[in-house]
Amino acid sequence: MSALLPVAVLLSSAIPAVATFFLAQDSHGLRNALTLGGAVVKVALIVAMLLAVAGGAAHEARLPLAPGLYILLRIDAIALLFLSLSAVLWLLTTLYAIAYLGGKPQLSRFFGFFSLCVAATTGLAMSGSLISFFIFFELLTLSTWPLVAHKQDAPSLRAARSYLAYALPGSAALLWAIVWLESLTGPVVFTDPPALDALDPASLRAIFALFIVGLGAKAALVPLHGWLPVAMAAPAPVSALLHAVAVVKAGAFGVVRVVYDVFGPDSVAALGVGTVLAAAASVTILWGSLRALRQTEIKKRLAFSTVSQVSYIILGAALASPAALIGGLAHLVHQGLMKITLFFCAGIYDERAGVKTIAGLDGLGWRMPWTSVCFSVGAMGMIGLPPLAGFVSKLYLGLGALEAGAPWVLAVLAGSTLLNAAYFLPLLFRLWFGTPAEGASGDEAAPLLVAPAVLTALASLGAGALAATAVSPLGWAELIVTGGYAR
Amino acid sequence: MSAIVLLVTVPLLAALASVVWPRRAPDLVAGAVALGLGAALWLAQAVWRGGVQLVAPGGWGAPLGIELAADGLALAFVLLGAGVMAGVVLSARVEMAPARAGPRAGFGFWPLAMLLWAALNVAVMSRDLFNLYVAIELLTLAAVGLVALGAKPATLVAAMRYMLFALAGSLLYLLGVVLVYAAHGTLDIALLGARVAAPTDALALALMTAGLLAKTALFPFHVWLPPAHAGAPAPASALLSGLVPKASFAMLLRLWFEAMPDRATPGALLLLGGLGAAAVLWGGLRALGQPRLKLIVAYSTVAQLGYMFIVFPLSAQVDAWTGAVFQALSHGLAKAAMFLCAGVFILSAGGDRMADLRGLARALPMTGFAFALAAVTLTGLPPSGGFTAKYLMMTAAFGAGQWPWALVLAGGGLMAAAYLYRPVTALFAGERAAPARAVPRVVQLVPLVLALAAIALGILSAAPFEALQIGRPEGAP
Repeated sequence: MSALLPVAVLLSSAIPAVATFFLAQDSHGLRNALTLGGAVVKVALIVAMLLAVAGGAAHEARLPLAPGLYILLRIDAIALLFLSLSAVLWLLTTLYAIAYLGGKPQLSRFFGFFSLCVAATTGLAMSGSLISFFIFFELLTLSTWPLVAHKQDAPSLRAARSYLAYALPGSAALLWAIVWLESLTGPVVFTDPPALDALDPASLRAIFALFIVGLGAKAALVPLHGWLPVAMAAPAPVSALLHAVAVVKAGAFGVVRVVYDVFGPDSVAALGVGTVLAAAASVTILWGSLRALRQTEIKKRLAFSTVSQVSYIILGAALASPAALIGGLAHLVHQGLMKITLFFCAGIYDERAGVKTIAGLDGLGWRMPWTSVCFSVGAMGMIGLPPLAGFVSKLYLGLGALEAGAPWVLAVLAGSTLLNAAYFLPLLFRLWFGTPAEGASGDEAAPLLVAPAVLTALASLGAGALAATAVSPLGWAELIVTGGYAR
Repeated sequence: MSAIVLLVTVPLLAALASVVWPRRAPDLVAGAVALGLGAALWLAQAVWRGGVQLVAPGGWGAPLGIELAADGLALAFVLLGAGVMAGVVLSARVEMAPARAGPRAGFGFWPLAMLLWAALNVAVMSRDLFNLYVAIELLTLAAVGLVALGAKPATLVAAMRYMLFALAGSLLYLLGVVLVYAAHGTLDIALLGARVAAPTDALALALMTAGLLAKTALFPFHVWLPPAHAGAPAPASALLSGLVPKASFAMLLRLWFEAMPDRATPGALLLLGGLGAAAVLWGGLRALGQPRLKLIVAYSTVAQLGYMFIVFPLSAQVDAWTGAVFQALSHGLAKAAMFLCAGVFILSAGGDRMADLRGLARALPMTGFAFALAAVTLTGLPPSGGFTAKYLMMTAAFGAGQWPWALVLAGGGLMAAAYLYRPVTALFAGERAAPARAVPRVVQLVPLVLALAAIALGILSAAPFEALQIGRPEGAP
């Protein structure tokens, strides 16, 4: 137990964030050193904690705001799952962003908010109480808005407006739910969920619905997903971050927290809201995939794929069976690794070859082999080919559905897999078997851009191939669930 | 307690001195503000350590003499006043310098600002209904004078309308005071709290409240506020919106919670809360449609003042009282920051229509950022003082079983986001067509400091929360 560790983890990105705002545009060295330094320190801190936390240790810190209102930071196994995902992917995204944005204007502002965004996600992962979670959830909204609007052209500003138009009503719903629930139970701490048996079921159902609306606006749960495809106007590193680590994951992670640490799986089942949530997640999974099929831009197709894939995590939480939760939590990491690979690659295609549309991918595979192999690994993982990471998630979700007595979920999973294949395979076909257009150009002579994609592709291969070992995301998810998380 | 005496005498002397030596006024006032800020901080540590601080000038205590007392509530507004005044005086040194602003605004601004400050300090520290009347009268006259500094005909009309509302308000208040004195023979708030109820009390309270509502510009008495606040020069608007309505609100709190808590019937409390809710909605709606930044910010004041009145129907909840004061403080800081930002934008771009603001954040990054931070506080998003206020009041609403008030708070936040979004995006939108004029760095920096203070009020809310409990009235209705 140490109160310093959570604070140190938070400061490792908060300090660079604040400092970066004061740097001049052309002090590249100092800015990169700050941003990367913070990211490296955070990863180091997390690695140093891993073994102890796996053994059941927890670190807790309390920062008082007002009587009854304090920020509770707690690092335990489930917090560390999200924490390590964000820390590692952030380090890689930082490398990628430095290469991608080199020489473009307003870099100090960009990296300042970029680090602030990590700080918010880090705080979110460590939040030990509902109100702490809300505070970081909103900090995340505020720090991602300038990133989405970064290019300051009309599409970016439209995207940023659309983002807030969903996020702010969502946050109002979330705050409403929190204050309502806490007025009935007192402050909710995740390690000590409130007793809900004596409360009015109709109120509880309404509170649960408000929670899901608030979190679903971030997790892009249909019909609250409209902002995500529009947000593609942002620079590629921001898209990578939005889709793999920060915003949508914050929503999905929040749903896990609400189902397991606020209501508890028993109450969720007793209230009958679990099935409804599972149905909403299933609709999202299928609808996202169907919409992805019809997109002609690479990033748009990936965006709708995110809509679909993030709901696997929500499905895993909603089914409320141990195997499904393991699958959902593992997918939190798996989806992050695969989707960030895909977005890194999409950014490289755009930046190095000027290709934005799917039709432009024809024959690009042989000219940009590193990028295209990574893209293929990510896409096949999304489809769920064994032994890639996506397969492992789907396997556990399927097992969990049977365990929970909801065999219809298998049909959703099968349908989604078919649709995943239908929207990803044409891309792979074009990459490797298409004939390049006249005068097409493009190379990948930018090692700093390509290296992060290679690393995440390797990680998603490893996460699937080594799923049976304790060091994999699945192993960690099993540790969380068997370690008494799902009471 | 000499700090209290300094907080009244220093501004008054500075007002006098800046009339005598008008060309030295900016420097004289800066010195006075530094001294007053020091006194406010000194008072803060004294209250924090020793509880409520009393001073009776001339050695006569209540009910015979004048007594000034600093409890948590008074201290909060004294600190707010000193902080906002310091920011305004710093950033007005350029715009309101006699050599630049001309004889009318340049000579009028400095003594009026100091009078306003003295009146504010008395209004929050006095415990005598008649002294309060004198203080609020002086405050109103200084405020009307500040509005009239804007020399445009429309602004003079606005100043005149403000004057009429304020005088009518004074008259009503004074009538109430007369009734109280006739019934009880005292005007001391503490003694009134322990009085034997008289039949005229309800009427007296209603008259005094109506008078103060007109001065606070609560819906539907708000009509004078937007043209007045939007028409005055920006540093004056910052004082008018950030500080002036807070004094009459503090008096309302003292009347309803300390002097006559027994007269607060549920119907009356509901009416006050309902007017507050109507102000939130109406102010927000009107702010949505305004073409100019200063009008948006002024209508936003109408809406934000409405939040504070939701304290009345929730008065049985401890959190509501603290939440309302937090709202007053964070609105004061954020709104002063916003008007000062608007002043910087006008100096730089020559106007405050949305088209004038386009892309201005690139030339004025600090001020653009300050405006966005102030918007975060007014929207009530964490981590900011506005969020702490809203959270406390929402908790109180659910605690009292009156959740519709929480709906007003949540809806008001969304409306604030909607009406502030237009200027924020305009500021941060793409390229700027016309070049922006340079503005001194200090003037750019001041609103950022004020906006950061409003955020800090949320992050470090534990200490102010505790300080507010010093001498907090027990007698909630």
